Amino acid sequence: MSRPGELRVPVFPSGTRRRLVHGGFIAIALLYVGILVIAPLIGIAWAVFQAGWSTIVSTLRQPDVQHAFYLTGVITVITVIVTSIFGVIVAIVIARDHFPGRALMSALVDLPLAVSPVIVGLMAVVLFGLGGWFEPWFTSQGIRILFALPSMVLVTIFICIPFVIREVVPVLQEVGITEEEAARTLGASSLQTFFRVTLKNIRWGLLYGIALTTARSIGEIGAVLIVSGQITGQTETATLYVLRAFDQFQDDPGFVVALTLALVSIVLLVLIETFKRRQERMQRT
Amino acid sequence: MTGTHEMPGTPIRVENLWKRFGAFEAVKDVTFTAEAGSITALLGPSGSGKSTVLRMIAGLEEPTSGRIWMEGEEHTFKTVQERRVGFVFQHFALFRHMTVSQNVAFGLSVRKQPKSQQRERVQDLLELVQLTGFRDRYPDQLSGGQRQRVALARALAPQPKVLLLDEPFGALDARVRQELRRWLDDLHQELGVTSLLVTHDQDEALELANRIVVMHEGRVEQVGSPDEVYDEPATPFVAGFVGSSSVLHGHVVEGHVQFGDHRVAGAGHLVEGESARAFIRPHDVRVKTTPQNGSLPATVERVVNLGWLSRVVLRLPDDQVLIAELPNDELDGVELGSTVHVDLRRAKAFRSADGEASGSEMVDVTGVVSRP
Repeated sequence: MSRPGELRVPVFPSGTRRRLVHGGFIAIALLYVGILVIAPLIGIAWAVFQAGWSTIVSTLRQPDVQHAFYLTGVITVITVIVTSIFGVIVAIVIARDHFPGRALMSALVDLPLAVSPVIVGLMAVVLFGLGGWFEPWFTSQGIRILFALPSMVLVTIFICIPFVIREVVPVLQEVGITEEEAARTLGASSLQTFFRVTLKNIRWGLLYGIALTTARSIGEIGAVLIVSGQITGQTETATLYVLRAFDQFQDDPGFVVALTLALVSIVLLVLIETFKRRQERMQRT
Repeated sequence: MTGTHEMPGTPIRVENLWKRFGAFEAVKDVTFTAEAGSITALLGPSGSGKSTVLRMIAGLEEPTSGRIWMEGEEHTFKTVQERRVGFVFQHFALFRHMTVSQNVAFGLSVRKQPKSQQRERVQDLLELVQLTGFRDRYPDQLSGGQRQRVALARALAPQPKVLLLDEPFGALDARVRQELRRWLDDLHQELGVTSLLVTHDQDEALELANRIVVMHEGRVEQVGSPDEVYDEPATPFVAGFVGSSSVLHGHVVEGHVQFGDHRVAGAGHLVEGESARAFIRPHDVRVKTTPQNGSLPATVERVVNLGWLSRVVLRLPDDQVLIAELPNDELDGVELGSTVHVDLRRAKAFRSADGEASGSEMVDVTGVVSRP
């Protein structure tokens, strides 16, 4: 085909070379994921297995451990409720309303992703710590924020703000508003329209966002470490327990709690994938 | 089944309606009335403000000024919920996570009607739109025509005072559109619910409507029966938009539009000497092979067979283009390059200064462009 003097540039490497390159990439990808993700997981599982059944039972019976899981659960549930409700409201505003400052708000929502959790913790200390802006008022009311549950919930919520919003906004934009308009012309009130039409249409995206939020708030440690004061049996979450266990050379209980958290994460991962697929399937129709 | 007595027609009246979006005036001083039990068409090109008028009547859009009346009661400030209108959207807007029967029942269930009544009404309506076998399907399992029938059943279920249809056939292909149009006509005969139909399709408006409101750039150009709008266009825009026309440019001489050595009647209302345009329907052009009294010669430039008739593109001595349509059995002697004699008995003349359909060129519905 090529005329004399014309340069022929092969777009793809020829057959065998292409297969080799392709195989090489697969090997690199497998090694990367294998070493960085699978190996640590197997490592923890192995460590727990080594420690034996009795260690698992005695660890899980420890009041400190039980309280740590309980506290993580409480923080996660509150975080999920708050970020879901406000997240959906913010998502609707970002997706549907056009007002000056909308782009800025959309950008601010992503801020928690860019800020290190440790800094989030410090910001809370600045606001609520001794001499902080809000400290005198709360102290006068006898409400304890720092080194107590409120600040731990607060920083976790801050960190988890983006997840629901980021998942719901594109879904809202995708489904549009004509179904909502149709509902209104059929006599539905705003609340009926929201619960029977809007919420149904965004449900998989919302659940996806909730699953991400749950995973993030269970795993959160940096910000919580700073604001909690790490009081055993009081302000110690599951991740903080793991941290302290290793600090105090109690490796085995640490491994047990860590593995439990890892298993919860795997369950969440499966849920996340399911929700994502459902959402994608719904958007195709 | 669903008798006329259930839905007494409700006239709609719109007075001096304006709508501004920022600096853009979408609707300018629109006034018209839709008669009880009739179909009124809002006809105009896209961007003419017709959908905005419909959405303001439904309460989905708030008028900048003006008033909306239904059944002699002012509705301008009522909520969508209070207006009880049936609205059919161009893209169906069915609830995607609900079955056909749940979709149809929606307007009843939000008003907390007893379940047994809902079931009965849904059954009636599904029979009416001939979809009884599809009650448990989801919208994505239906064809476009079926979806729009579900949308119509859903809109009719809560017994609306009026039915508002926003380009209801716009998203369907030509065959289905024809079918559904005829079907809607029958349905309207049966139900007699006052309907307002927004469309950019003149055939749709001429076929379905009792009255046509022609809109252009946010304004009402003409309100009238299909015959009036077609035969007596009030403005150059209507003459160009409703039905196809050729435009001949000339000036007014003794109540005629004169171009070159020839003239056509119909300019009695214009000032002598003024420059003017004559709009001529393709079927109002008589084509003969021999000269007639008052006929003018023309050269055949193109002959396009449209089935039982042909479109003939003619060039007049002064270089203007004229389009004629004639039955195929009258085509004898009318062939490419031949000289024929045309007789223009009916024309509608307007001053050149008045606006027209699309700038300096006129495009008829079939896409043939006649240069001025």
